Amino acid sequence: MNAMTRPLPAKSPDEGTPIVRVEGVAMRYASGVTALDGIDLDFPRGKLTTLLGPSGCGKTTLLKIIAGLIRPTAGSVQVEGRPVTGPGPERALVFQDFALLPWATVLRNVAFGLELRGTPKAEREAIAEKYIREVGLSGFENQYPNQLSGGMRQRAGLARALTVNSDILMMDEPFSAVDEQMRRKLQEDLLSLLQVEQKTVIFVTHSIEEAVYLSDRIVLLSRRPSRVSAIRDPGIPHDGPPDQIRRDQRYLDTVDEIWDTLKQYLQ
Amino acid sequence: MTPRSLLDRVPSGLSLVVWAAVWELIGRFGGVDLIPPMSSIAVKAVEIVQTDSFLEALAVTAQAFGIGMALAIVVGIPLGVAMGVWRPAEKLLNVWVNIFISAPLTALVPALMPLLGIGQTTVIATVFLFAVWVLVIDTQAGIRHVGSSLVDMARLFGGTRTQIFFKVLLPGALPEILTGLRLAVVRGVKGVVIGQIIIALLGFGELFELYLQNFLMEEFWALVFVVFALAFVLVEAVGVVERRFDFYAGSR
Amino acid sequence: MTQIEPSRRTEADAAALAPAAAVAGTAPPIATEDGVIGARSDAGWIWQLASFVLVLGAWEIAGRWPISLAFPPFSRVMTALVEMTAAGDFTHAYAITLPPLVVGVTVVGVLGVALGIAMGLSRGFEWIGMPLMVVLQTAPIAALIPLLTYFYGVSATSKTAAVILLSAPIVVLNSYRGIRNTNASLIDMCRCFLGTRLQQVTKIMLPHASGMIFAGLRLGISAGFIGVVLAELLISPTGIGDLISYNRSIARYDKMFAAIVSILALATITLSVLQRLENRLFRPDHAVS
Repeated sequence: MNAMTRPLPAKSPDEGTPIVRVEGVAMRYASGVTALDGIDLDFPRGKLTTLLGPSGCGKTTLLKIIAGLIRPTAGSVQVEGRPVTGPGPERALVFQDFALLPWATVLRNVAFGLELRGTPKAEREAIAEKYIREVGLSGFENQYPNQLSGGMRQRAGLARALTVNSDILMMDEPFSAVDEQMRRKLQEDLLSLLQVEQKTVIFVTHSIEEAVYLSDRIVLLSRRPSRVSAIRDPGIPHDGPPDQIRRDQRYLDTVDEIWDTLKQYLQ
Repeated sequence: MTPRSLLDRVPSGLSLVVWAAVWELIGRFGGVDLIPPMSSIAVKAVEIVQTDSFLEALAVTAQAFGIGMALAIVVGIPLGVAMGVWRPAEKLLNVWVNIFISAPLTALVPALMPLLGIGQTTVIATVFLFAVWVLVIDTQAGIRHVGSSLVDMARLFGGTRTQIFFKVLLPGALPEILTGLRLAVVRGVKGVVIGQIIIALLGFGELFELYLQNFLMEEFWALVFVVFALAFVLVEAVGVVERRFDFYAGSR
Repeated sequence: MTQIEPSRRTEADAAALAPAAAVAGTAPPIATEDGVIGARSDAGWIWQLASFVLVLGAWEIAGRWPISLAFPPFSRVMTALVEMTAAGDFTHAYAITLPPLVVGVTVVGVLGVALGIAMGLSRGFEWIGMPLMVVLQTAPIAALIPLLTYFYGVSATSKTAAVILLSAPIVVLNSYRGIRNTNASLIDMCRCFLGTRLQQVTKIMLPHASGMIFAGLRLGISAGFIGVVLAELLISPTGIGDLISYNRSIARYDKMFAAIVSILALATITLSVLQRLENRLFRPDHAVS
C-alpha cells in the first residue's frame, strides 16, 4: 500500500515517531452511511500531509475526528501517544468557511483562541499582532470580516490558528472558497510561512495540483466508504523558491499519476 | 439512553398534551372559575361545533376571511410584482408598505366602522388590511430573488416580455409568494378575529361576547380552542403547498 | 402532529425582511435586474418626498371629494392633530397608554428572552416550549383579550397582560431561533480552541443571537402596540383608544383620524428608531462599511 513512500530524510531525532497516529478509525452514521471504513494512518512530525480524495469521501470527517470534534464509531486517534478524546491545545484548525466572528474585528478574531484560554488582553493582542503581520494582514486589524476579501479572511483564520502555538495545524479545504489566483498566492505564502513556523500540517483538499504543490506526503482516500487507497511522496523539496515547484518534473509526474488513480472513482 | 436521544424520539408536538394535562390539573384543583378543566372544555367543544349558532358564525367568518384574503391576493401580488420589476413603483410605495406592515392597524378598525358600516364589510376590510402588506413585500422579494442570469438566458433564447414574466419571473418568485401567502393567512385570521371582537355583533365575535357576558367559561374556551385549531390547520395547509415548492427556493 | 423545524421562515423573518428602516433611509442595497439600488443612491429623498406627496395628496383629494363624511381630508386631520396637541389631549392619552406598553414589553423582554434562550440551549425546554409558542404565534390570541377583564378588571394590569399576551410568542421564538441558528462552524471553532460550554454560550451564541433577540423585541413592541390599542378599545376605554372611540361616537372624525395617525406615527417612529439602533449596535460590521 505504501508503494511510493520512501524513508523520509532524517532532520531531527523526533522524525521517526509519528506525531499523529490513526488506528482503525471508522465512521458509520445512524442512517447506515459509512463515511470512513477502517483508516490506519501515521502523520510524520514536521511534515505537511494532505488528505486527498473525491468530494464527499469523508476527508473532512477524518480531519474533524483528528481535531476531536467528532468521535469515531470505531478505532482511535493518538497524538503524541495520547488518545484523543476531544479538542486539545496541541491541535489548531483552519476552517473552510473561515469561522470568523462577524461581529468582531480582525484583531479580536485573531486573538480569539487566546481569549478563550484566558490570556490577558494586552498580551494576546500583542501575540495576535505578530501573526497578523506574519500572514500579511497588517493595517486591517480594525476591519470586520465582511470588509475583507475571501483570501484576507482566510489569512485571519490562519493567523488565529498560529497564535495558540499548536504543534499541529489542521487545514480543512482552507483555500477552496477563494479564487484561483488568490489561491496560488495563499499556497505560496503558506509554504514560506511554514519555513518559519515549525508545524506538522494536516491539509484537506480536493485539488490534485494543490496537494502535490504543498505536500510532503499525500494520502489518497477512496470513495465512500472511504479507505486509504494509496500514499504518495512527491519528493519535491519545499525549502527552495516556491515558484520553482510547478516546473519540477516530479510535480508534473505526481499530478498525472494521482489523476490516474483518482479517475476510477469518478463517473 | 440519554435524555437528549429520548426527546429526539418523541414527536415535538406531543408536549402540547403535557400542557393540556397541566391545564386539566389547574382546572380541577386550581379553584379558578375562569379555567375549567380541559376535559370538560373538550366535551363542550364537540357539542359546540354541532350547534347552528357555531355553524352560522363559521359561515359568516369564513365569508369575511375568504373575501378579505381574495382581495389581498388580487391587490397584493400584482402590487408586489410591480414593485419588484419597476423601480419607480418600488420607490414610491416601499415606505408605506413598510409602515403598514408593522403599524398597529387595529387602531384603524374604529375608523372603518363609520365608513363601511358596523358589519361584514368592516371585517372584510380588516382582513384585507392585515393580510395585504406581507404579500406585497414577499412577492417583491421573490421577484428580486430570481437570478438575473435566468432572465438573461430567457432573453437570449428570444423570449418575449410576457414569456419572461410568466415562464421565468413568476415561477421563480413562487416560493416567496407562497411564504407571503402563509404569513398573510396568519395575519388575516388575526384580522378577522380582531375585526369581529371589536364589532362584537358578528360571527365568532358575537359568540365570544355572548359566552363572556353569561360567564359560560367552558363554551368560551371551547370556542377559543376551536378557532385556534381552525387557524392552525388553515396555516399548515398553506404550509404544505409552500414546502412543495421550497426545493428550488435556495437555487435560483 | 406537525414537526416544527426551527429553520422555516416565519412571521419573524418576514417582518425582519421588511425593516422599518426604509423609513429611516437605511434599507440595505437590493439587487435587481438592472443592477444594484443603493438606499441613498440617486437622490433618495426626492422619491421619499414624492412618495409622501402621492399618498397624502390622494388622501386629501379623496377627503375633499368627499367619499364620505367619515373620511375627512388630510389637511383637516392635521389641523385637528395640532389642536389636540395644543390642548394636551395626547399628553393625557399617552400618559395612560404607554405605561402598560412599557411594563408589558419590559416583562417580556426579561422573561420572554430568558425563556427563548433556555429553549435554544436546552433540548428539554425546547421540547416543552416550542410547539406551544408556535401555536400561540399562529393563533389569533386577541380573542382572549376580552377575558382579561375577568382576571384583572378594567385596569392597567389588564392592558399590560394584553401586551404580554400578544408580544411574548414572537420574542420567545426569535430568541430561541437566534441561539439555535448559531453558525455550527463557529461552535466547532470555539470547541477547537478549547472554549468551555460557558464561553460557547457567552462568546459565540449570545453575541450571534443578540441581533435576532433585539429584532424579536422590536417585533414584540409592534405586537404590544396592537395589544394595548385592542385592550383600550375592548376592555378599558382610556388613553388613546378612548380618544379614538370617543371622537367616533360624537362624529368628530377629524379628531378620530388625528388620534389614529398619532398612534400609527408613534409606532412607526419607535420601530424605525429601534431598527436603526439595531443596525448600529448589533451589526457593527454593517454600520462601518
